[in-house]
Amino acid sequence: MPDKRIDGAQALINCLEREGIEYMFGLSGGAAIPLFDALVTTNTKIKFVLVRHEQGATHMADGYARATGKPAAVLVTSGPGATNTLTGIMTAHMDSVPMIVITGQSVSWMLGKDAFQEADIFGITMPVVKHSYLVKNANDIPRVAREAYYIATTGRPGPVLIDIPKNVSAGACTADLFQEMDLPGYKPYPETLDKEKILEIAEALNKSRKPVLLVGRGAIISDACAAVKALAEKLNAPVVNTLLGKGGFPETHRLAFGMLGMHGTAYATKAVVECDLILSIGSRFDDRIIGQPDKFCRNATKIHIDVDPAEIGKMIKPDLYLVGDARAILDELNKHVARLDTAEWLAHLDGYRKKYPLHYKKQGGLKMQHIMDEMYKLTGGKAVAVTDVGQHQMWAAQFWKTDGRNDWLSSGGAGTMGYGLPAAIGAQFGRPKDLVVLFCGDGGFQMTMSELATACLHKLPIKIIVMNNHYLGMVRQWQELFYDDRKSGVDLEGNPDFARLIENYENGKGLTLKRPADVRKILTRALEYKGGPCLVNAEVVKTENVFPMVPAGKPIEDLLVDPPRHKMEKPTGST
Amino acid sequence: MTKLMNASDIHTLSVYVANKPGVLARIAQVFARRGFNIDSLVVSSSVDGNFSRMTITAQGDPAGLQQVIEALRKLIDVLHCVDHTNEDVVVRELALAKVKISPEERTEALQIADHFGAKTVDLTESSMILMVTGTTDKLDAMIGLVKKFQVIELVRTGKVVMARGGEET
Repeated sequence: MPDKRIDGAQALINCLEREGIEYMFGLSGGAAIPLFDALVTTNTKIKFVLVRHEQGATHMADGYARATGKPAAVLVTSGPGATNTLTGIMTAHMDSVPMIVITGQSVSWMLGKDAFQEADIFGITMPVVKHSYLVKNANDIPRVAREAYYIATTGRPGPVLIDIPKNVSAGACTADLFQEMDLPGYKPYPETLDKEKILEIAEALNKSRKPVLLVGRGAIISDACAAVKALAEKLNAPVVNTLLGKGGFPETHRLAFGMLGMHGTAYATKAVVECDLILSIGSRFDDRIIGQPDKFCRNATKIHIDVDPAEIGKMIKPDLYLVGDARAILDELNKHVARLDTAEWLAHLDGYRKKYPLHYKKQGGLKMQHIMDEMYKLTGGKAVAVTDVGQHQMWAAQFWKTDGRNDWLSSGGAGTMGYGLPAAIGAQFGRPKDLVVLFCGDGGFQMTMSELATACLHKLPIKIIVMNNHYLGMVRQWQELFYDDRKSGVDLEGNPDFARLIENYENGKGLTLKRPADVRKILTRALEYKGGPCLVNAEVVKTENVFPMVPAGKPIEDLLVDPPRHKMEKPTGST
Repeated sequence: MTKLMNASDIHTLSVYVANKPGVLARIAQVFARRGFNIDSLVVSSSVDGNFSRMTITAQGDPAGLQQVIEALRKLIDVLHCVDHTNEDVVVRELALAKVKISPEERTEALQIADHFGAKTVDLTESSMILMVTGTTDKLDAMIGLVKKFQVIELVRTGKVVMARGGEET
C-alpha cells in the first residue's frame, strides 16, 4: 500500500486551496523548497506565479485582492526572501488588504543561531501584520492555515504571516486537515447591531440641512456600496470619497463630488468645510483628508462608522459613532432616514463645481492630466485603474472617475512607490477579462520594473502608461513651493528609454508619446495591442504641479485651488 | 515646559492573553510605538494554563492611553484589556530590600519592619533582606524609612490587581 502520509507543506497547500486561495505569488529559496515541492506533489489547483523580486509578489497579491475582493497568498523563502516582503506587507496593512504571506524558515533547532538565511521575520513584521504565526509543529498547520485565512479576511482585513521552519514543512502532518479554529480573543464584528445608536444617527441626519457623506475603503470592503448609494439618494446628500474610497460610490453620480483633502477637488473639500454634518462610512479620518485635526469640521456634527473600534476617536472625536460592518449598519439606517431639503445646499456646491472645476491646458506641452482624461474617454472608464504613488496618482484620482467597487487600486496609507506595476499584474490575473490600466511615474516604475518579465511571460495585456517627467515630481513640487525651488535628490537623470526596454521582453510592446496631438492615436494603439503588456513612455512636461492643494498640517479651508502667488512657509504637518 | 506627571497619568491595565510565544512582544510594541513607558509589568499563568494575566502600569496622557487600550484589544491574542486606574480594586505589590545593617542598628530596622508587617527573609552580620507586601504607597513609605540605612539592592514586583467581588479583573 502506498504511504498516504503527507508532510506539513502538503497540508498547508491543501488547506489553503480548501479555504479558497486561487493564486500564489512568490519566489523560491532553500528554506522553502519543501513548500515549493508541495505545489507539485499535491496537484493543487492553486496557480503559482514566479516573480522576480519578493516585494513584487506581495503587491501582486495586494492588487489581486483589491481587484477581486478575495485574498491571494505569497510564498517566499527565509532571510532576504522574507525581508523583501516587508514593504508589501506594510502597504497591505495600512490599506486593510487581506493577504497570507508564507515564509520558509531555517530548521527550528537553528532558530536564533544566525543560520544561513535566517531572519526573525516573525519579529520583524510584528508591527505591520494583523497577526502572525511561527509554526513549530506540522500538526498545527491545518489549524493555522484556517485561522490565517479567517483573520486576514474578516473584520478589518489585513496581512497574516506564517513562518514555517524547513523541518516543520518537511515533517509529517498526521493531524486531520479539518481543524477547529482557536481564536478566543478575536471578535471581528460586534455581536449585535446597536439599533438605538442607529436611530440617533438617523435623527441627526434628519435634522441636518447641509450633510456630507464621506466614503472610505471600509464601504468597499464591506460591500456597502449599494447601501451607500441608497442612503445618498434617499437623503439627497452630497458624497465625497477618500483616495481609497474611490468606487465606494459612483463618481459619475450627480451627488458625487469626488475626492477630498490634500489634493482633492475644491468642491469636495469645500463641501466638507461648510457642512453641518459629516457621516464617515469606513474612512479613518486620515491626515491627508482632515488637515489640522482640531480645526476639522469644527461646527459640524461628526459621525463615524467603522468596523475597527481603535479608529473611533483616534484622529477626530466624533459626536456619534457606531462600530460594526458598514453594510449592516447602513441597511438598518436606510429604514429610518427621509429625504432632506438639500436643494439649496446642492446648488451651492454645484456652484463651486462650476467655479473651481478640475482643469489643465492641452497646450504648452504634454500633460499627465491630458493622457488620463483621454484614456478615460477612450475606455469609457470601464477598466481597473491602478496607480503608483506621486503626482500622477493624485491627478489620476482627480480625473479618473471610478464607478465600480474594485476598480481603483492605489497605495494610500503607505504611499508605496513601486506598488503600481506588480499590483496591476495581480489585478490582471484576478480579472483576466477586464482591461487593466496602470498609471505610473518614472520613479516608481523603476522600483519594481523587474516584474515586466512576469507580465510579459504571462502575456498580460496591461496598459502601462509611464508618466515620464524625469523627476520625482511630488517632492520636486514641494521643493518648488516650500523650499525656494531648491531641487535636491529629485532629478532622475539616466532614465532608460522605457519603450525600448519593454521591447526586450518577449510579448512586450513599447510606444512613445511626446506630443499632445498624438495622445489619442498612441493610446488607441496601446489599447489595440493584445499580445501582452503595452508600455507607453509618455514624455510629459517636467515641472507641472498638482492643484488643488492643502499644505500639510494646515486646516483644509486653507486649500490652494491654484498655484500660490506668494512665497509659502514650510509645512508643519507630516510629509 | 514639560508637563509634570500627575496621578491620573499613571495607569494600571489588566490584560488577559493567550499564553503563547510572542504575545509579550506584541503588547510591548503597542506601548513603545506610541512613546509610552511601561513602569511595571507582571505576567503569570491564569487558572486556565492556556491564558496569562498581565498587569501593566504605564505613564502617558489619558487620550493616548485610550488608543493603547484599543490597540491592545485588537491584538488577536488579547482576550480582554481593562483599565483599573482609579477603580476600587485590590492592588498589591511585593518588595525585597537588602539593607546594610550593623548589629547596633538591627533593633531599629526590625522595629520599622515590624510596623509595616515586613518579614526578615535573610539575616547576616552586616545585612538583612526585608520582604514587604502591600499597596504601592505602603512599600514606598517603608523603603523611605529604611533609606536611613544603606539600601544595597531593591527589587519590586510591580503591581498586581484583582477586581473585587463579582467584577472581572
